[in-house]
Amino acid sequence: MRASRCARWNGRVAFWRRITDISSWLEARFAECRPRAVAALTRQFRDVDIAEDAFADACLKAVARWPETGQPDDPFAWLLVAGRRAGIDRLRKLARHARASEAQIPTRLEPEENLIEEIDQQQLRDDVLRLLFICCHSALQRQDQLALALKVVVGLSVPEIARAFLVKPKTMQQRITRAKRTIAANPVPFELPDPAERMRRLRDVSLMVYLLFSEGWSSSAGEMQIKLPLCEEAIRLARLLLDLFPGMAEQMGLLALMLFLHARRDARIDGAGRLVPLEDQDRSAWDRDQINEGVTLLQKAARHGPAGPMQLQAAIAGVHAVAPSDDQTEWRRLAGLYAQLYNLTPTPVVRLNQAAVLAKTDGAAAALALIAPLAGPLANYRWFHATRGSLLLEIGNHKAALEAFEAALALEPTLPEAEELQNKIAICQKKLE
Amino acid sequence: MYYSILIFGEDGAFERLPEDVQAQVMAGHKALQQALRARGPFASAKLMPSSSAVTLKPVADVGQGALVVDGPFADTKERFLGFYGAEFEDLEEAIRFAQYLSSPYARIEVRPVEWAGGVLAQDN
Repeated sequence: MRASRCARWNGRVAFWRRITDISSWLEARFAECRPRAVAALTRQFRDVDIAEDAFADACLKAVARWPETGQPDDPFAWLLVAGRRAGIDRLRKLARHARASEAQIPTRLEPEENLIEEIDQQQLRDDVLRLLFICCHSALQRQDQLALALKVVVGLSVPEIARAFLVKPKTMQQRITRAKRTIAANPVPFELPDPAERMRRLRDVSLMVYLLFSEGWSSSAGEMQIKLPLCEEAIRLARLLLDLFPGMAEQMGLLALMLFLHARRDARIDGAGRLVPLEDQDRSAWDRDQINEGVTLLQKAARHGPAGPMQLQAAIAGVHAVAPSDDQTEWRRLAGLYAQLYNLTPTPVVRLNQAAVLAKTDGAAAALALIAPLAGPLANYRWFHATRGSLLLEIGNHKAALEAFEAALALEPTLPEAEELQNKIAICQKKLE
Repeated sequence: MYYSILIFGEDGAFERLPEDVQAQVMAGHKALQQALRARGPFASAKLMPSSSAVTLKPVADVGQGALVVDGPFADTKERFLGFYGAEFEDLEEAIRFAQYLSSPYARIEVRPVEWAGGVLAQDN
């Protein structure tokens, strides 16, 4: 009874219960296969639209066939072969419409076995990288790059993407259509990239993945539940990149950084729907599995030599992630990591964060000295004024602190930030009376 | 005999499932663990995603230091996700328990264990 009932569907019928809903696992499988399949089809057809349509056709065919025949041994290869056939059919139809020569269309189709063996992992990883690189095309605005990657690579629907970016579906559809037209007019070469070009693409794509995460992460509390899927998709893309390029230490850092941050998602909002600052978060609500995974990824990355900026940022987030409480944070280690990060990326914002840690290890006066040169470059950055105000308050310079908080308040803070600033202004005023 | 129940599947596929389906899959694990616990000690492990793995390449000679490379050993779609180990009467019983885990998301391999634990150290 067991063997005959279970074998065909790869255990669809468990002896103690029956899974009736097969669509969710089909969807999960399609989603897993999609980036690689659409990437390979894009190379074959030199056209993102045809690749997307061909993959959709292949999925439809799978929905009709797999419940009958059972899941194929290699679902990815099956979908790729079906996608190639569907793409060729589409091209034939297009050619008939355009009365173009059919000679341009690849008509020779090898037997299925050959096609499956033909899947070249090396080529596939460059295909996926190329598809992501096409999406973060320099001719596109950043938000359009992210939207295009979500549509083409991840396979989110236009309404889903519109929701995440808080725009109307119609607007998003127009933006994606326009973006596709732009990339079609400025094609990325389909030849295999040389190592230097591959690294450049990887760097650009990693940045896009990180910005996708930030788009979801830096949203206000009210929007966060809507935007959190962006963070999840960014993590998936980072996993995909690491899967394809397993030896890249900065990719490990990127994934670790996002895991450390994402682990805090449930502790980040309080019962009233407000963002909770890191030091006040309930650390028992942090996702330990994700933190542990981040820690192991950084250990792996450390085997590759000196840490790059992404690994350092991850290491900083990791120090917070493993601290049992804010008081027990290893501030000295954090100070060292920030100093290293500043050496690699000497930006005013890194300096400001470094100063916040220095205040814990060496006191507010030392931190104020460190940020003194930032007054010019960060004049319009409200976190600079808010941080400076807190440091001035700590050393008892209430007049200067008041001015700093007022400067921050003038730079369009979010509502909770404004409340916090007004509280601090009230403290200063009271002291000055 | 001691048997292993080995679980293979696609990395990340489980995380993509809706919560209620995830709960169904986990219910299988919970039921298996309860059934095993009632019978005696057992081993179990869920592995982290394979991107967290490193692989020690084979060396020319025993005792030689191995080259450590990043990633799981095989570049395949389906990966080793986790395992159970427990004492069973025979193969039929091991298969019956493995059925708790059967779902569309995993291939389950049942394989007898030749030795386990610290048996070699105890022999000396």
